[in-house]
Amino acid sequence: MATAKSAKFDIKSYKGFKAITLLCLFVLYAPLLVVTIYSFNASASLTVWEGVSLRWYADVFTGPESEKFKLAARNSFVIAIVAATVSTTIATLAATGMVRGGKFKLRTVSFGLISLPLMVPEIVSAVAILIFFNSIGFDRGIMTILLAHIAFCIPFAYLPISARMQGIEDSYEQAAMDLYATKKQAFTKILIPLMMPGIISGFLLAFIVSLDDFIITNFVKGAGVETLPTAIFGAVKQGIKPNIMAISTMLLGVSVVMVTISYFVSKSDNTK
Amino acid sequence: MAAGAASGGSATTDTYKEARTWLLLPAWVTLTILTLAPVGMMLIYSFLTKEFRGGVIWEFSLAAYDQFFFDRGLFGDDPAKIEWTYILIFWRSIWQAGAATILSLVIGFPTAYFIATRPESQRPIWVFLITIPYWVNLLIRTVSMKFLLRDNGPFNDFLLSIGLIDSPITIVNTNFAVQLGLFYSYLPFMVLPIYAAVERYNFSLSEAAADLYATKWVALRRILLPAVKPGVIAGCILVFVPSMGSFLAPDLLGGAKNFMIGSLIEEQFKGNAGNWPFGAAASMILLTMVLILLMAYARQQAKAENAEG
Repeated sequence: MATAKSAKFDIKSYKGFKAITLLCLFVLYAPLLVVTIYSFNASASLTVWEGVSLRWYADVFTGPESEKFKLAARNSFVIAIVAATVSTTIATLAATGMVRGGKFKLRTVSFGLISLPLMVPEIVSAVAILIFFNSIGFDRGIMTILLAHIAFCIPFAYLPISARMQGIEDSYEQAAMDLYATKKQAFTKILIPLMMPGIISGFLLAFIVSLDDFIITNFVKGAGVETLPTAIFGAVKQGIKPNIMAISTMLLGVSVVMVTISYFVSKSDNTK
Repeated sequence: MAAGAASGGSATTDTYKEARTWLLLPAWVTLTILTLAPVGMMLIYSFLTKEFRGGVIWEFSLAAYDQFFFDRGLFGDDPAKIEWTYILIFWRSIWQAGAATILSLVIGFPTAYFIATRPESQRPIWVFLITIPYWVNLLIRTVSMKFLLRDNGPFNDFLLSIGLIDSPITIVNTNFAVQLGLFYSYLPFMVLPIYAAVERYNFSLSEAAADLYATKWVALRRILLPAVKPGVIAGCILVFVPSMGSFLAPDLLGGAKNFMIGSLIEEQFKGNAGNWPFGAAASMILLTMVLILLMAYARQQAKAENAEG
């Protein structure tokens, strides 16, 4: 009877919910797909479709604006690599202190501090850090962008790393120490390798967050320094052009690939 | 070790207790210098005197807050009246963020529910599909939205070609476009906490209700909804807070008429026309509103946890 009932009257499923889910995915992906498709448009006009071409990709690399884009891309990638490396290192140490450091008074405060960049609206963080650099007389440029990104990326690196560490029982480290490994050895030879999926996933998320950031970068970049998002924003203000769609598609591709890697790495289980 | 075992093994242990301070020190120092100190400095700047070409003069002044709330006429000597301009901009931001939150809830709840009731092995893929767009550059997503919805963009072309409309619908530069942009920016923040709550929900409660002749919709409204309410509230806050301070969606999709707090603040720091103390004051007011909301939320979550445990 139970089976007959659940087939005819499934309490869990509601008519229309699947349709809404599909609609939701459609709304999320349609704009990205449209931009990707139009980036391959042969026409110089945005409204007319003239067939498939790589014209605008060639324009990005060799066209009149290519120097500007190359410089912006170099800035973006250098900042993202350094910011992700530093913030992942800081986040890994902090996660070890938080997850393997026992109970301590400042635990809640520490967690609050680490997640602070996520709670403060981004525009407020941007204003605050601009004012801070101004007040200590620090000239705006690559260095200010980098410092701001390091702070902003810490929670994004911290969350997957600490989640991973919570899932690893400390019996592995205990076993190593029973066999006369020092705590330092247990940390570097046992815990860090076990943590690798979490660390890689945290690094990749920090990398994307830095690469994609516009609002904070826009405030602290200073005159003449551009990253890809600020260069794109500047160009879009004069109207959306096909070469911008080609750049956007490439940047979009980088993000999707990184998130996909991050997803599969964090799912992998190396404790067996 | 004992503490870890007592709380099920997956919680915290104290293996590196002695090194704790050194492990946490880099994070403490970095975040104190680069997040906490800047907010403190912003508070100080909001009480300073403006320098006409950007920046501040180190002289105490309440002018920024005064300008925000009061209108004293062109020469500053009229009797003070309430200044509605900025209060209205804040009100519009709250209203737009609220509308975006409701839109996200209406679409996000059924989506989260649908995903949470898939077979367990399929759920991660659905969640992954929902979160991918979030990791794509917000600027690119907003530009894509603008491109798609333009008067002569693909969306209008499509509707015209199937004969549903005779002339393009104007969507860009309306309030609705901003709400759609905000919805698009933060939807995963609505779906994920609701998904987590529905996944934990014990469906035998709904079955019991159905056995007692509750209809499906009654079971949803009276049994499931109260049980997953913390997830719904979390989702609403996580969409509302960033929406209120957003800059890109109102700037690119809203046009000049749909000015929100984010644009007001940004304007104070661009070029030479800016007023830094005023921008700092507006940021402080926004931050205060957000922190009040987050604190109310934290209290509500703590209450829910106590009720559970």
